[in-house]
Amino acid sequence: MTGAIGQPVSRIEGAAKVTGTAKYAAEFRPPQMAHAALVLSTVPKGRITQIDTAAAERAPGVRAVITHLNAPRLAYNEMPERPVVDPKSGDQLRVFQGPEIFFSSQPVGVVVADTLEQADHAAALVRVAYETSAAATEFDPRRGRPPSEATAKAGRPGGTQRGDADRAFAAAPVKVDAVYVQPREHHNAMEPHATVATWEGDRLTLYDKTQWVDNDRSEIAHVFGIPEENIRVIDPYVGGAFGSGLRTWPHVTIAALAARQVGRPVRLELSRRELYYSVGFRPHTAQRVALGAERDGTLTALVHGAAQQTSTYEEYAEAILDPARMTYACPNVRTIYRLVEMNTNSPCPMRTPGIATGVLALELAMDELAVALGMDPVELRLKNYAERDPEKNLPWSSKELRACYATAAERFGWSRRSPQPRSMRDGGTLVGYGMATAVYPSHRAAAAASATIFANGTALVRSAASDMGPGTYTSMTQVAADTLGMPVDRVRFELGDTDMPKAPVHGGSITMASIGPAVRAACEAVRAKLLALPQQGDRAASGTSAEPAYAGSRPGGAPPYAEILRRHGLDRIEATGEAKPGDEERKFSSYAFGAVFAEVRVDAETGTVRAPRIVGAYDVGRVVNPRLAHSQCIGGMVGGIGMALLEAADWDARYGRVMNANLAEYLVPVNPDVIEIDAVFVPSDDRNFNPIGAKGLAEIALCGVAPAVANAVYHATGKRIRELPITMEKLLA
Amino acid sequence: MVPFAYAAAPDQADAIARAAQARGAQFIAGGTDMLQLLQERVTAPSELIDINGLPLAGVDVAQNGVRIGALTRLADVADDEHIRQQYPVVVQALLASASPQVRNMATMGGNLLQRTRCLYFRDVAAPCNKREPGSGCPAQDGVNRMNALLGGSPHCIATYPGDLAVALMAVDAEVEVAGTAGPRRIPIEHFHVVPGATPQIETVLQPGDLITALLLPASAFARRSHYLKVRDRASFEWALASAAVALDTDGSTIRQARVAVGGVATKPWRLSQVEQALAGQPLRADVLRTAAERAGDGAQPRPGNAFKVELMKHTVARALLTVGGQA
Repeated sequence: MTGAIGQPVSRIEGAAKVTGTAKYAAEFRPPQMAHAALVLSTVPKGRITQIDTAAAERAPGVRAVITHLNAPRLAYNEMPERPVVDPKSGDQLRVFQGPEIFFSSQPVGVVVADTLEQADHAAALVRVAYETSAAATEFDPRRGRPPSEATAKAGRPGGTQRGDADRAFAAAPVKVDAVYVQPREHHNAMEPHATVATWEGDRLTLYDKTQWVDNDRSEIAHVFGIPEENIRVIDPYVGGAFGSGLRTWPHVTIAALAARQVGRPVRLELSRRELYYSVGFRPHTAQRVALGAERDGTLTALVHGAAQQTSTYEEYAEAILDPARMTYACPNVRTIYRLVEMNTNSPCPMRTPGIATGVLALELAMDELAVALGMDPVELRLKNYAERDPEKNLPWSSKELRACYATAAERFGWSRRSPQPRSMRDGGTLVGYGMATAVYPSHRAAAAASATIFANGTALVRSAASDMGPGTYTSMTQVAADTLGMPVDRVRFELGDTDMPKAPVHGGSITMASIGPAVRAACEAVRAKLLALPQQGDRAASGTSAEPAYAGSRPGGAPPYAEILRRHGLDRIEATGEAKPGDEERKFSSYAFGAVFAEVRVDAETGTVRAPRIVGAYDVGRVVNPRLAHSQCIGGMVGGIGMALLEAADWDARYGRVMNANLAEYLVPVNPDVIEIDAVFVPSDDRNFNPIGAKGLAEIALCGVAPAVANAVYHATGKRIRELPITMEKLLA
Repeated sequence: MVPFAYAAAPDQADAIARAAQARGAQFIAGGTDMLQLLQERVTAPSELIDINGLPLAGVDVAQNGVRIGALTRLADVADDEHIRQQYPVVVQALLASASPQVRNMATMGGNLLQRTRCLYFRDVAAPCNKREPGSGCPAQDGVNRMNALLGGSPHCIATYPGDLAVALMAVDAEVEVAGTAGPRRIPIEHFHVVPGATPQIETVLQPGDLITALLLPASAFARRSHYLKVRDRASFEWALASAAVALDTDGSTIRQARVAVGGVATKPWRLSQVEQALAGQPLRADVLRTAAERAGDGAQPRPGNAFKVELMKHTVARALLTVGGQA
């Protein structure tokens, strides 16, 4: 099929974004809208003993000051099944329902006023007294406990064993054993989280920054104990989220509650500093990896333990140990998982959740093993290549990782690497080459879409999906256009509204694999419906109905779809379609794969590290839009540079606070930190996994970058830095 | 933010009179730091006096030096051909400051007054003697990677964050100030003060004082000057260590030197011991390196910033080697 799929179509909403007409959640302004500002706790643990709101209530423009003392009791009904985005045990933070403090900057009140400045000022006038108690603010892996049964059942068990890893490790002739630390990291999407809530009677409309409008509706319905049908959530554009918009956070409830209390629409936008305490983060994690190998490099033992922080009120667990179990063909693998409860807001998925953390430790350990063996790091990985999933004992639905290694190595110029550390220089600068493997599981979920063909020859396809940047608008338009046999400029795709057919979460790289097939099903259904109309005298549809009746602006012919509709006196025809996973997960193990190579330059005197060149080759299945895929990929790789060299929350355990909670001191890469990024896709088309053949792309792009950079730093300097980020003091020490 | 009065000053005299009268009044020019401070409630002026309308912008070249109006934007000074030629250290410091967008807004006078980036100063949920005198200094035993090695006190170890003021030290600049008692000139070295027991006081300015210009004298060594800034990120970050150096040489001998450091001290810090070690010495790499070793004299490191002692020495050495043509 020669169609739109596979073409580098430009981002359809690009012009709207750069001209400012794309409307983000905070930009919806219903008439009579008031503004909310939060009052936040200043202690990490304790109870509120007193709240003085008198001055705030007297302040100009103030309409309400809501705290646990005057807030209505909210239903917080248990959901029949916990959404995939929520922790499996513990309870979400219930806003203004009691005096207990679980973390610093927990919301303890909200002020609603006519203007943002009035609300903000009045919030500062609220005086709160606390009775504090000893807080758990140190990240101490020794305090780690195994996850709960619910978490274990969801695939994050406290321990797994394949073979006998400890015995094999003891007997291994070559071994490495070390601890690796990933600090707390924050998403820092450009768009801050915001909610605009409007009640009309008992019906609620939320304009909310979210990666999942359907779940947002469901969560808020349970919080307030109202029917889901009474709530509509709208969010057409998301200015980056990286996982921070997966869950429905407390501030969404606060906005809805405040709007109900004051009887006006209320807007609550979080400040940059507030975001650090409101929408989750990548958790601080310490990992031990012990590898045992034969002298020829064959892995015989892999022990991977992880201790990860969570909050005291929720058990957030992530897939840190999955890579240990499936990346390499090793007969003896043991994993140990512990959670460390702390007085902090709950962590949550951040791009490549868990997997990036686990791959970091595993791939640093593999590099250390390659050094111990005197073996090329790529050779070591090929030596232990997993031909099938060793944990699930299933064939891969597709795996082109060998091609990734070969392609990336070739483009990078890996053959120019001299194996000895500190052996490559450019003047006074130390040069290092490093590499790492990347993996990320491919999943899909049930989704629905609707498709409408209009008599004017255009089509509209809708699903309650989201587009936080990867290009859902564009890629779904391409899928729809090809299925309908129409050019992309006659097809419109809409998303981000609970009035649209149900969509799964926009996260975990599942959007194309899940919604793509639903869009296709809807388009096939509407085409079939149209072609099934009585055909007398209908030349255009008189042929075989297996082919689309419309194939674009055929020279000299009116659009046949439109013609059929007009002949039947219809202005439109509509159908819905659904798609859901089949039994492929029982037959295959599905992963996206990648190989990442990095060059670093280290100033030997100052310890300054730059990563001027990163090359990644990826097997992501079929690429629907190479331009957007490339763009998404380089974004993830830039995130990987940040993870390796810059990003970390500066946590002060005395206060339980992130001291650098702003974009000036929490560093992410800027343009001069990113010199050359080369991302390529190896040929791949995974029809075992889904009918589109796409595996998913977002997460794989960040994976493996940090260990590739860290391994390059070792190669450049001979210093093995096992704690991120790799900053100058670690190299000067 | 806390409500405040706002008025645009019609002229300089009015601006000064208002600022001298109203307790808690502050000037606002580019506002690039002021807005952050207001939004985060770090500062709460009773009144903001907008001086952007005053005729204080422009670069004037005279026989004895250059006068840069206080409201000249950083970007305009960085683009000025005469400053580029005669005072490279100043231009290099400006181009290493913030981002192009910020440099288009920020003014030369305001830049001298930017407040510290100490993490505790900027988070109002934490104590801070500079923000709230007497509340304590958590940086002493806290996250103090960015904090000062030099010029600190038990009350405050907040680093002066700017680049420009450090560069001005290397060219013997003066700050021209108008106040209720008339105009005066303050050598840049004496403009900022160490925290001592009053870290809330950061300069010698009095209520009503308005910076009107920066004066850069014509000098033998300004042309041979250099600014080097070391940081984690390649751009848009304050210095972990920076060095401004200038050399006056007589062929192969150093007549005199100016050496100042930033990112490591509570105020722009002149390293007179390094300058003395250079004066009258031959211009050779080993001499420059040996002198730079003195940069760490008197440093009071803490666990989080101890690495900056060596970093500072390397930074000074490299800046000297660069300007001395020995790199």
